[in-house]
Amino acid sequence: MHPAPSIIVFTVLSGLGLGLMAWIGLGFGPATGAFPWVACILALGITGFGGVASAGHLARPDRAWRAFSQWRSSWLSREACLMIATIALFAIYAALWLLWGTRIWLLGAVMAALAVATVYATAMIYAQLKTVPRWSSAPTPTMFLGVGLGGGYLTLQAVLAISGVGGSVLGMVAALAVTMLSIAHWRQKARGLNRDADGSTLETATGLGDIGKVRLLEPPHTGTNYLLKEMAYQVGRNRSEQLVRAGWVLGGALPLLLAGLALLIGGWVLPLALLCHIAGMMAFRWLFFAEAEQVQALYYGRG
Amino acid sequence: MTTLPESTEKKLGLVIDLDICVGCHACAVSCKEWNTGGYGAPLSDQDPYGEDPTGTWLNRIHTYEVQPEDAPAQIVHFPRSCLHCEDAPCVTVCPTGASYKRAEDGIVLVNEDSCMGCGLCAWACPYGARELDAAAGVMKKCTLCVDRIYNEHIPEEERKPACVRSCPAGARHFGDLGDPDSDVSKLVAERGGVDLMPEQGTKPVNQYLPPRPKDSMDTPPLNLADMAEPAPSGMLGWLDKALERLG
Repeated sequence: MHPAPSIIVFTVLSGLGLGLMAWIGLGFGPATGAFPWVACILALGITGFGGVASAGHLARPDRAWRAFSQWRSSWLSREACLMIATIALFAIYAALWLLWGTRIWLLGAVMAALAVATVYATAMIYAQLKTVPRWSSAPTPTMFLGVGLGGGYLTLQAVLAISGVGGSVLGMVAALAVTMLSIAHWRQKARGLNRDADGSTLETATGLGDIGKVRLLEPPHTGTNYLLKEMAYQVGRNRSEQLVRAGWVLGGALPLLLAGLALLIGGWVLPLALLCHIAGMMAFRWLFFAEAEQVQALYYGRG
Repeated sequence: MTTLPESTEKKLGLVIDLDICVGCHACAVSCKEWNTGGYGAPLSDQDPYGEDPTGTWLNRIHTYEVQPEDAPAQIVHFPRSCLHCEDAPCVTVCPTGASYKRAEDGIVLVNEDSCMGCGLCAWACPYGARELDAAAGVMKKCTLCVDRIYNEHIPEEERKPACVRSCPAGARHFGDLGDPDSDVSKLVAERGGVDLMPEQGTKPVNQYLPPRPKDSMDTPPLNLADMAEPAPSGMLGWLDKALERLG
């Protein structure tokens, strides 16, 4: 599938921002120092920026508001509704905390549940697509939740460090372990889930399998079209191997190294670890789209 | 709401005869011609006369080679368009309510005033039946020529989808596949019409009629070379044999 930069930025950043919101809502982080302000502004900023980026892949962003209407049937609509509800509740929670110094645990818990539900809904947009076996047959929701909550916890620790109220290296290691394990688990389960993984072949696509083996003799057009650009994206093997390596190094190894370094030279390096981690997650998310194969390209002779 | 109707009164759709289709693309051209001026936004082309032309089409004609195990390969021309599925995955994924399936006749349509061009319906369709128009930014798909089939301003014989009306070979049929007594249903029953990608669980309404079984030859064909050069007889025959002996 075509890896649209707007969707990659959106899913990575809003996942991480919502993860951070969930941890804040569950009462993590002290009320002292600059922590509440930095954490709340960052959570809103990251999630909001991701949300705005998502409009970038719409051909008619002026109609984006209509996406709030179909929550009864559509996961994309559910995601939009849940996201707005989470941001609204978080804004109320943060205002009460920052201005009046009270953290209402029930409000926080409901908001945290909504944040988790939003990430789940994002994952289900992809996991529901039977046409893309790599997304529907692999544990996509688990991976999105692992990456979002892990990334959120990593952000929490980085914010604690730069606010001068601690930040635990052990916490960072745990967060990195969760994100990287959920990606490793997903990639292992997704291995070999190509467009024919659920039994769709050019023979079933044309209904000609009873006669014999089918191959494309002549395509309908010599140039490209929307279908080929969007759903027959082909990723070079070299490029994908390099990106996988970049993902592991930037997303896991380097942040881990920086977390260790923080013990020696201080917590100020932890935001750097977070930035590295986000870059690594973007590499993996690029691959999530680029490596996914959709069944309709069978008609164009893609095996 | 982009939920699917429990059932539809009719199941209007196409029956495409792969035994007859000659791959002339007349259906695709007439589809483009009618629908660029009909329902909704035009079917735009980008760089149509340049180096890299692309454009929106609702019907595309592939040509396949089918290789049986013990017989010569067959060529099959294969028109591909929306199948107006009963369990249309493109409809339920739509976040804006633009995509819908009509309860009265089962036609799957896009309300282009509501479409925000997210493309998720095209991702959900196994058949590649939906194309986002690059100029209008809305999703285009086969409407089953909804603006022809009920149109009382055109002669009655024209009230068929443009592709059916224009097919010079009679390979395309239009009718109610929900009515077992309709001509199209009888044709499907008689010829063993098939669903495309049944494993996707979409329950397509459109049906494809597979090519009829080919004859197989029990006796070898006549040797045409021998017929063109009959064995010589008489004096010529004696000479022929004598020369052959000299070798």
